[in-house]
Order: sequence, then C-alpha cells, then structure tokens
Amino acid sequence: MTSLLAVYRRELLSYVTTPTAYVFVAVFLFAIGLFTFQVGGLFESRRVDLTPFFAFHPWIFMVFLPAVAMRLWSEEARSGAIEVLMTLPAPTWALVAGKFLAAWTIAAAALVLTAPLWVTMNILGDPDNAAIFTAYLSSLLMAGAYIAIGSAMSALTAAQVVAFVLAVLVAFLFTAMGLPMVSDFFRGAMGGGFAEAIARLSILHQFDAAQRGVVEIRSVFYFLTLIATFLGFTALAVDARRGA
Amino acid sequence: MLLQVEDLRKRFGRRVAVDGVSFSLDVGEIVGFLGPNGAGKTTTMRMIAGYLEPDDGRVRVFNIDVAQDRARAQQRLGYLPEGAPLYGEMTPWTFLRFIAETRGMSKDKARVAVRRAAQDASLGEAIERPIESLSKGYRRRVGLAAALLHDPMLLILDEPTDGLDPNQRTSVRDLIRRLGKERGLIISTHSLEEVEAVCTRAIIINDGRIVADARPAELAAREGGLEAAFRTLTGGEKAA
Repeated sequence: MTSLLAVYRRELLSYVTTPTAYVFVAVFLFAIGLFTFQVGGLFESRRVDLTPFFAFHPWIFMVFLPAVAMRLWSEEARSGAIEVLMTLPAPTWALVAGKFLAAWTIAAAALVLTAPLWVTMNILGDPDNAAIFTAYLSSLLMAGAYIAIGSAMSALTAAQVVAFVLAVLVAFLFTAMGLPMVSDFFRGAMGGGFAEAIARLSILHQFDAAQRGVVEIRSVFYFLTLIATFLGFTALAVDARRGA
Repeated sequence: MLLQVEDLRKRFGRRVAVDGVSFSLDVGEIVGFLGPNGAGKTTTMRMIAGYLEPDDGRVRVFNIDVAQDRARAQQRLGYLPEGAPLYGEMTPWTFLRFIAETRGMSKDKARVAVRRAAQDASLGEAIERPIESLSKGYRRRVGLAAALLHDPMLLILDEPTDGLDPNQRTSVRDLIRRLGKERGLIISTHSLEEVEAVCTRAIIINDGRIVADARPAELAAREGGLEAAFRTLTGGEKAA
C-alpha cells in the first residue's frame, strides 16, 4: 500500500508540474462547452437538466482520456525509468493501480471544473440535483474505464503517440458498439441475438440510463469490470517486459 | 554467500545474449565486470536485479531465488541501471523519497534513509535542484543514492563512472571502495584502469560467457597487463 501511494503521488506530481495536464483539461472544458451548447443546444431545450451535457461525455472522454493516460507507461519505457521501477520490491499491481488512480484524479478534476454549469442550472431553475450528482458519479466511473484502456495501450509501446492512437481506437470500439450502424453490421453478419448482445456491451448503452441520473447496478458492474480487465491487461503487458 | 549465479542463460530472438554464466560473490568482494559492448554484461546484471527473467539458470541473493521470490530478493540488493535513468522533473530529494516509499519505508524512515544516502553519494546542494538541470555526474550520483537507500549488502552497479569527469570518477571510486569493505559489489565498466584501482576481482565476459575470473593483478601478470589480457580473451587481437 505504501508503494501504491508513493507511485500515485509521484504520478500526480508529474501531471501537475508539467503543462500537458493543464492543456488537456483546458481543451476538455472547451470541447465539452462547445458540444453542450452548440450541438446539444442546452439553452434551446428550455429544460433545466444537464442531459445534453452528459450525452457528450463518452465521445469527448474517448479522445481526451487516452491523451491523459498515454504517458503512464510509454514515458517510463522511453526514458528507461521503467527499469528503476521494476527493480523495486513493489508488486506490479501496486505500480499499475498507483498510476491509474493518478490519471483518474486528473479526470475527476476536469469533471469538478464543469461544476459552474451545474451551479448555473440552479440559478436558472430547479434541476434534479440528485440525478445530476449520480450522473456525475457515473461519468467518473466511465472515465475510469477509458483511462484503464489508455493505460493498457500505453504499456504496449514506448511511443506515446502510438499508445494514444491505439487507445482511441479501442475506446471507439467499446463506445460505438451500440450504435445502429455497428449493430446493423453485426445483425447482418451474425444474427440479431448477437448484435443485441454486442450493443449491450457498449459504453454508450451502459451510460444511457446513467446520464439521466438512474443508477443501474448492472452498469456500475460493467464499468468496474472494464477497469479491472484493462488494468489486468496493463499488468500483464508490464510484466511481459521481463521476457519470461 | 551474498550472491550465487548458476548457469544463467538468456536469448533475445535468435541472438544469445548470455550463455551459461556462473559465479558467486561474497562480502568484501568488488567484482569488475569487463567485456566488449554487447558481451552480455548488462543482461546478466538485469537478470540479477530481477528486471529480466532468465530463460534458464538461477540467481540466488542471500539464498533467495530471484525467480521465485523476486520482491524479497530485490529488498536485499541495490541496483543502478545503465545510464542511471531518472525522472527529470523531480528533484533528487523528491525522487529519493519516492524510491524509499515505493520500497515500503514509512515517511520518517524514508527521510532518514534519503539524508544518509544523499550524504554517501555526496549530493550536496544539488538535492534541491530539478534532476533535468543536473550534470551527468550528479545524475549518476542520484542513481547511486537510490541504489544505496535501503542500505543493501549487495550492490549491482552498471557503469557507475561512465561519462564522469576525472574528479567525479575519483569520488565515485572512493565511495565504491568504501562500500566494498562490508558489502558485495558488482560494477561493470569499460575502464581497465578502474578495475585495477578498485576491484578485488575481475570477470571478463565475451559472447555471453565468462572467459576469465581472477584477481586483476593475477590476470595482468598472466597475460602481460590487463589490457593485453582483455584483448586476448575477447578476441580483440584478431580484429586489430
């Protein structure tokens, strides 16, 4: 546990002492604002809720969070510092979890910075604050899944850009599996039952109820499973460097 | 016995990097690892430090099998990787604190350990400056301090004096000699003069095999100087 906290603190420090995290968070806030108001038409809808805001989270996270996570392991491999880490008597899972939690904290910070929108809703009207709060929590959980994907791809390569592109690709697959164009393809190829199952496994599908403030244990379990799976994959990829 | 290496083997694809290396090390020994580039020195050291897993053979640190109980073996050894990679944005102080805490030390213990290791490695004022602004010599010393943090009995140092100026080299050599009195050390180097100056034993590796294992003076006497011994044993003569 001491090792996990040490890795977490170091990673977080490196996020806040380099400009990248600030740039990413700024771009995220700009993008989320743009989509919420211009595309989602938050004001035009004349409703006091944040559904247009949350609806874009999967799409923006899909690009933004791989960018946050891409350096987690790639940078270690590029600089050679991974050799220092892996010759310390700390279990691999502690290193993986420490780094993941640091990146997740950045995502949480980005979400917290969208709070003015929530405050504005309360000034304009009387939104369902409990629903908004649970939607925020679901969004945070979903962010964890995207970061876990980014972490796994980062452990595969020493090139951050490659890690980023791979992560966006995998993230896109998991996000869009539920879109009609994708499920139609599967329906044609594998039959309706399979297409239905694939669609249910998509992040969009799982986040659908959550963005309206409905907590489904199924979705919570789904996101936790995604996080655990991709972090497990990260640990395997990191350990594979030892070349057993 | 501090360290026992038995018939260690490692290949990367079709290239055999380490091909049956065996030796053991006791307290008070400073072993100089010599050999041409690509001879297998770094790969051997990486396997001892638990960074790479051997394809075959065994490494035992204090009788602990590194393959079976890696973390426990790593608690007992200090390792300086080749080129001493560090985190540039940290200061030596925060970096060493990070290493100490990742090693599982409590905050108080870590503070004491960092102070002592920084003193041993003569970090001085540099301890508060960002690592990326430090000279190569200081970075190497930060890496050394990181290897010394937990006061290990066994130290594996991959090219500890590479790229240092003569003054820095002398100070690192003094430190190595001092540490070697009550510990076991393996240092890899390209400097034969260094082996003569600090090592109690020289192991020459060529093509992944040990071709000589003797006291430096003995080796020099046998072949008419350490440099001649190195060239004969590693096939440099043919090339020249």
